[in-house]
Amino acid sequence: MEQTTNRYHSVRLDKTRCKGCTNCLKHCPTEAIRVRDGRAHIIDERCIDCGECIRICEYHAKVAVTDDLSAIHGFPHAIALPAPSLYGQFKEIKSISPVLDALKAIGFEEVFEVARGADIVSRAIHEKLREPGLPKPLISSACPAVVRLIQVRFPDLIPNIVDIRQPIEVAAEIAKDEFCRKHHCPPEDVGVFFITPCPAKMTAIRSPIGQKKSAIDGAISMMEIYGKMMPHIGRILAHPTQPSSTIFGVRWAASSGEANAVCPDNSLAVDGIQNVSRVLEEIENNMLSDLVFFEGNACIGGCVGGPLNFENNYVAKNAIRKLSRACSKENPVDAVPASMLTKYPLYFDAEIEPNPAMKLDDNMVEAMKKMARMNAILEGLPGYDCGSCGSPTCRTFAEDIVRGYCTEMDCIHKLKDQLKIMAERMVELAQTKRE
Amino acid sequence: MSESFIHAEYPVAKGDYTRAGEASTDIKRRLRQLGVGSNVMRRVAVASYEVELNLVIHSDGGKLTLDVDTDGVLLVSEDVGPGIADISMAMREGYSTASEEARSLGFGAGMGLPNMKRNADEFDIQSELGKGTRISMRFRLA
Repeated sequence: MEQTTNRYHSVRLDKTRCKGCTNCLKHCPTEAIRVRDGRAHIIDERCIDCGECIRICEYHAKVAVTDDLSAIHGFPHAIALPAPSLYGQFKEIKSISPVLDALKAIGFEEVFEVARGADIVSRAIHEKLREPGLPKPLISSACPAVVRLIQVRFPDLIPNIVDIRQPIEVAAEIAKDEFCRKHHCPPEDVGVFFITPCPAKMTAIRSPIGQKKSAIDGAISMMEIYGKMMPHIGRILAHPTQPSSTIFGVRWAASSGEANAVCPDNSLAVDGIQNVSRVLEEIENNMLSDLVFFEGNACIGGCVGGPLNFENNYVAKNAIRKLSRACSKENPVDAVPASMLTKYPLYFDAEIEPNPAMKLDDNMVEAMKKMARMNAILEGLPGYDCGSCGSPTCRTFAEDIVRGYCTEMDCIHKLKDQLKIMAERMVELAQTKRE
Repeated sequence: MSESFIHAEYPVAKGDYTRAGEASTDIKRRLRQLGVGSNVMRRVAVASYEVELNLVIHSDGGKLTLDVDTDGVLLVSEDVGPGIADISMAMREGYSTASEEARSLGFGAGMGLPNMKRNADEFDIQSELGKGTRISMRFRLA
């Protein structure tokens, strides 16, 4: 709220469009939004950039900040890293090639499929799962919004997160290296741009998770370049760019794609941030300790459901299912050579830290005092969870009072009660006769 | 416990599977707000869920009590019956008296009490047939 931090967030508020309604309040999985002075505010520390508020806001006051396509001109050479979900945006295509060629047509010198990164990560996770003594289940690190959700709400599950980088990071390392070798140019001359379906990935590039530095130079919204690519999609080229990823890598675009690639026999894939929260709660309670691998995606349908996709997630998933049939059906475990597991940085080089944004106070005694006060305040609140005060629930309102951000009279129902008492007193006063 | 700072009670009804887990969810939320470390959080999560489920599955109803001070977390489960006939048997892994209904819901693996004992720093169970059961678990914060 009024706290200022240096955290980077792709999800921002456009104050001019915000009406101060309470729609976004209720949908935020980390209770990171408040309405104050008639406008929404995003609490920096708590926001996980999942994009739920972007989806729910009918006034389009929540936006995802990504790089402009012109950013690619900042480098002598630019490589596009298309997320496989991009393939699902074009209904009329029969193969992946036109998508790759359209990217070249709009200004990229080279295209490197993120699905190839997904193939390599699939094999790496598969190998990882053979190690003895792993926590169960191991949790996918691919969706940055889910990893951030764990940091904020389930920090005790951090040890379960698989310590392997996201496919986009692996793809970026290889893309840059291969390009530099082929064209004999220094790495700083090559800009690697991710074509992103969501703001969470944008944030993960600026403030990486599990990595000291991202290998990616920028992220361009799929929504932004969809229209620019469209005129090039139908063109038939003499030598179309051939995709080189497997069906498994491409299907990472939709929920359960990753789980199927790494551990088809004993994994669980859950999509939608609220659903993911519920299942993480069960993992925390040790109810799923027989499970080997858990894939959680913040968006319904997986990455095809990201807020920056053009096509709806069901249509896109179906399109990808069909397109991917033409890809190699070889499992990444066999298709990816073992040498790829050591050639490029694949594993985390930084710890994932818990995010203490939910803590009431750094000092536990103070936190206990605040909680006691909070509970006392909560008892006096109506429990409607109406959101009129600007906090998502009566409980969070009590918390906000204790944190010093508002007062009890910000509750419209409390205020009405108070007014009634005052009015009665005024009547009493008016009726007082002179003795 | 020296002076209990945070105190909360959660009534748990017999066979109320629809609400099962709500108490442990609330307990976890509170501990997170207090800044309790991950290691303790995880152990309390497991133990509180097991003990809450035990009340739902096995007891005739009871309550869960949470007390937190700077030394640690105290979780107490008290029910009104039916009591455990043989505690040493009940403490064995794989032993369960869960009903068919509970088993059909995936419970009754006989790991409840052993799991609680494993996760708590101090574990105490008292039971009297026809009277009820009291389980007390302590988790040290230091």
